[in-house]
Amino acid sequence: DSDPVGFDSLDLNERRGRSTDAELDRRDGTRTSEALTPAAAARDEFQEELVIRPLHSGDIYASFQFRTLWDTDFLQEGQKVSHYRLFPKSLGQVLSKFSVRELHISFTQGFWRTMQWGQPFIPSPPGAELWVWFHDTVSDVDGNWKELTNVLSGIFCASLNFIDLTNTVQPSASFKPLGLGNATDHRFLRYATLPREIVCTENLTPWKKLLPCGSKAGLAVLLKSEKLFHSSFHSQAVHIRPVCQDEQCTSKAWELRQTLNVVFDLYTAGQGKKEWSLFKMFSRTLTEACPLATSSKVYVDITDNPELFELSPATPLLSQAVVLGDRRTYSVFDLTRAETFGQLRSLNLLLRWKGDGEMLRPLLHAERYVAGFGLQTGEIHTVIYNNHPYRAFPVLLMDSVPWYLQLYIHTLTVTSKSRDNKPSYIHYQPAKDRHRPHLLEMLIQLPPHSMTEVTVQFERALLKWTEYTPDPNHGFYVGSSVVSALVPSMVAMNTNFTQDQPLFSSFVPVKEESSYFVRVYTEPLLVNLPTPDFSMPYNVICLTCTVVAVGYGSFYNLLTRTFQVDEPSLPLAKRLANLIRRIRGVPLLT
Amino acid sequence: MAAPLTLLLIVAVTIRAVLFRSSLAELISARVEVVSPLNAWKRVVEGLALLDLGVSPYSGDVFHETPLMIYLFHFTVDYAEIVFIVSAYFVDCLSCFLKPLDRAKMAINSNYLKSDLLFNFPGCCELISWFITIIVCLCFCKFHFLCTCKYTDVRLCHQIADGITALALYLSIQTYNKDVFRKQKYALESDRYSADCLELLRSPKEMFYIPLKVAMFYLLNPFTILSCVAKSTCGLNNAIIALFIFCTLKGSALLSGILLALATYQSIYPLTLFAPALLFFLQRLYIPVNLRRSSFWFFTLQYAFMYVGSLVVITGLSFFLLGSWDFIPSVYGFIFSVPDLTPNIGLFWYFFAEMFEHFRLFFSCVFQINVFFYTIPLSIKLKEHPVFLIFMQIAIISIFKSYPTVGDVALYMAFLPAWSHLYRFLRNIFLVSCVLLACSALFPVLWHLWIYAGSANSNFYYAITLLFNFGQILLVADYFYAYLRREHHLTHGLYLKKKDGTEATLVLK
Repeated sequence: DSDPVGFDSLDLNERRGRSTDAELDRRDGTRTSEALTPAAAARDEFQEELVIRPLHSGDIYASFQFRTLWDTDFLQEGQKVSHYRLFPKSLGQVLSKFSVRELHISFTQGFWRTMQWGQPFIPSPPGAELWVWFHDTVSDVDGNWKELTNVLSGIFCASLNFIDLTNTVQPSASFKPLGLGNATDHRFLRYATLPREIVCTENLTPWKKLLPCGSKAGLAVLLKSEKLFHSSFHSQAVHIRPVCQDEQCTSKAWELRQTLNVVFDLYTAGQGKKEWSLFKMFSRTLTEACPLATSSKVYVDITDNPELFELSPATPLLSQAVVLGDRRTYSVFDLTRAETFGQLRSLNLLLRWKGDGEMLRPLLHAERYVAGFGLQTGEIHTVIYNNHPYRAFPVLLMDSVPWYLQLYIHTLTVTSKSRDNKPSYIHYQPAKDRHRPHLLEMLIQLPPHSMTEVTVQFERALLKWTEYTPDPNHGFYVGSSVVSALVPSMVAMNTNFTQDQPLFSSFVPVKEESSYFVRVYTEPLLVNLPTPDFSMPYNVICLTCTVVAVGYGSFYNLLTRTFQVDEPSLPLAKRLANLIRRIRGVPLLT
Repeated sequence: MAAPLTLLLIVAVTIRAVLFRSSLAELISARVEVVSPLNAWKRVVEGLALLDLGVSPYSGDVFHETPLMIYLFHFTVDYAEIVFIVSAYFVDCLSCFLKPLDRAKMAINSNYLKSDLLFNFPGCCELISWFITIIVCLCFCKFHFLCTCKYTDVRLCHQIADGITALALYLSIQTYNKDVFRKQKYALESDRYSADCLELLRSPKEMFYIPLKVAMFYLLNPFTILSCVAKSTCGLNNAIIALFIFCTLKGSALLSGILLALATYQSIYPLTLFAPALLFFLQRLYIPVNLRRSSFWFFTLQYAFMYVGSLVVITGLSFFLLGSWDFIPSVYGFIFSVPDLTPNIGLFWYFFAEMFEHFRLFFSCVFQINVFFYTIPLSIKLKEHPVFLIFMQIAIISIFKSYPTVGDVALYMAFLPAWSHLYRFLRNIFLVSCVLLACSALFPVLWHLWIYAGSANSNFYYAITLLFNFGQILLVADYFYAYLRREHHLTHGLYLKKKDGTEATLVLK
């Protein structure tokens, strides 16, 4: 029993040594980078973090973030990066081959219920979502995009190869780069969603393999698929973007963030008792940090009235962070410190609720549904709520609708408080049949404490029989619409860029103190289309051709023949008699 | 004749105005039988909305009207009041000139046949005077019903189009009847008809009401009314074709060429009407159809030049209005390749929805060639009867075109009274009328069962479209048969005898 302990402490010491090295390096980073060759100067670091937030509905929200920072530039001319340490080589090669500037991919099973759960740290729509900013030196963006989706499809074992021109759009305003550089030319942006994508173990395994420690050590040991997929919501994502190396922002570093969000419904599973533990959630406990990580922390959100629940083991470490317009308090468990694990050499957080929290009202919330009946026409309703009591703010609504729902933009209405609310900006790109989806983006001002309804009518197309999915009467999915907004913040946001910030609060860059960025995804839609009878292509071809042939035949008949008096032919006996008469030279019978 | 026609116009306009104001209008404008992706008013409005948004209407796949059409509507909607005031002013001015015009008409009528072929003045006079009548009717309507909708004046546009079509058809058939009567007289005088076919000859008395009946068949046909109430642009295309027929029959080659170019520009298929128009002009100018004669080639080239020239001018004009050639694939490519499989009354939609992918190109070629193909044999067979050829061509187009609507059917059905003398030779008119009536009634029923109730599937609706087209084919073939048979009887006698003196039956051999 003493052996693992000894190994553990050794490991810890070693890791401390490395982290101080890294700090030293960072302190005189400019000098080292001058002195050494670029390849040798490429330092990388890895951080891992788990945030646990009890939700008001009684569910538990666990959010993992793994960040790998690498001070190198794949896209720099003449530099070939071949030495990979923490950064996954498979992704690095993809980035440099396709000149990707920024890549965001998410796989989500289930729908994030904003009304009950509040805002997630990193939102994602149901199914798969992929958006990529290419470097502006790329000439054939569509070609790169096509290849990239196929490669990613292989890396993540997902059906991303179904992304083609018919479901790719180029949003003009909704998806700005999150990393360095303010590229505004949306010709280099591609965005696609696959709302039908089912996320399961086969997507999780390749995702875990990208982590430096895999699922062997650190927080990733908790990621067991039998528990993760037995949840109300599961979302895993990879975000790659260039960031500043330091505060002066003299050079670029690449950041890879792997996030995994999961919501457990322990409330109903635990017979209504609000009680959870790491073991109950993940059927594992934590025993060590990933040896390669410079920081490894577990945060538990205890903002909502610490008297309401009881957390064990208790920790003296508290941290405050401003996240999503709210100042939150967290208990911090630093896994790099041996005392965190206590006597048992394992950390199993346990939390018991004593009372009920009140329902929360997220400031921004959106939902969507299809109205109308029958298979001919329909109407898409998107309802956006601004629950701020006195502030109006603008939101960007983006809708990407497949071509087989023909939108009629002249039927677009935007009403707030039963009054017409004309969008100040509309970007509409109509669909091309079998080539391009509709893209509708608009900037809508939401009045304070209001409900804004956006409706647009559509017509359902009848497709070719080979274009239907294997289960056509299940319906066709339409991806979520995306509401992006700068929501006025209750507290001053932290605009300073520091290394020590918890990861969950540093994903979206904050430009100003008074507002924070929120992206809300609505439900995807399931729309039925009229279907032909799949069993009778032969019959249809035959029947239609028959009718055409009837037309052709009757005209042909009338065109080529002439009217003649019908002379009935003689009976056989008479004809024979005539034959004999002809020989005899006697007049013929008639 | 003016009084009943005016009355007819007023009745037709009133019916349409009432329907426009009723709640049925919205229902009708969503019917797939009445509007197709090519001519739905909803799509025109969408195109206008896209223009307003600064997006090219052809960048999407919703709008398939021609550029001239969208700019016409853009103008009509935006400057509706101006258009209305101007047209009212136009009426006032013209009514002052009406009397002198009439006198001029009389003067020119005296040397009618010698008048210039290019600018046939009397025809224009007549049409203008009738145009005034329509506008007066509409003014009456406008003030009477006080419509306040945004697109009120577009409704006027559609009503005017229907009125013009009916008038043009009325005047065309009137002219045609005169022509027929004149030819019959010559034939009788030169003893070309057989002696016992007196009862086949046409009398002015029975021909007197035919133009009115034609106008009535067009204006009061439920198909036309539905098409007009749905604000389908099919009515406008019909008006262009009707005006083309009118100008052709009046003998104005230039106007005929221009209008034919316009009709072709609108929907490609009227291209096949070039042959009957040419045959008509040749016949009118007593130029025999003989490939070795230079006069034949001279006139053919002259007419073809007018036609192609105006087509080029119109297309060029659209290019300059739009600034790009985007409309070519979006309008004509759309007609030919049939990418939109929304159900309609035609044969294409289900056929291509169920088609095997590798045969698609082959069959779309076959089906499109099928529309154009009949022109050549029909022109040869009916070269002495260009007006009947026009009817046949319009009917074939409306049956076999890629996106047919009931408005197209209404146009050729309007001609049926003109062939009322063929009635005795029709073989299955009863069957055909029953089929067409039953299908018209079953279209909405089976559509409802498929799309709304979910208790039927697409095959039900498809079966009805098949039957409807079958009925139309039978109808047209029947009229063709009857026409040929009457011609046969006129030369060979009505009561044919066999060699043995018994009554003979006539067969096609």
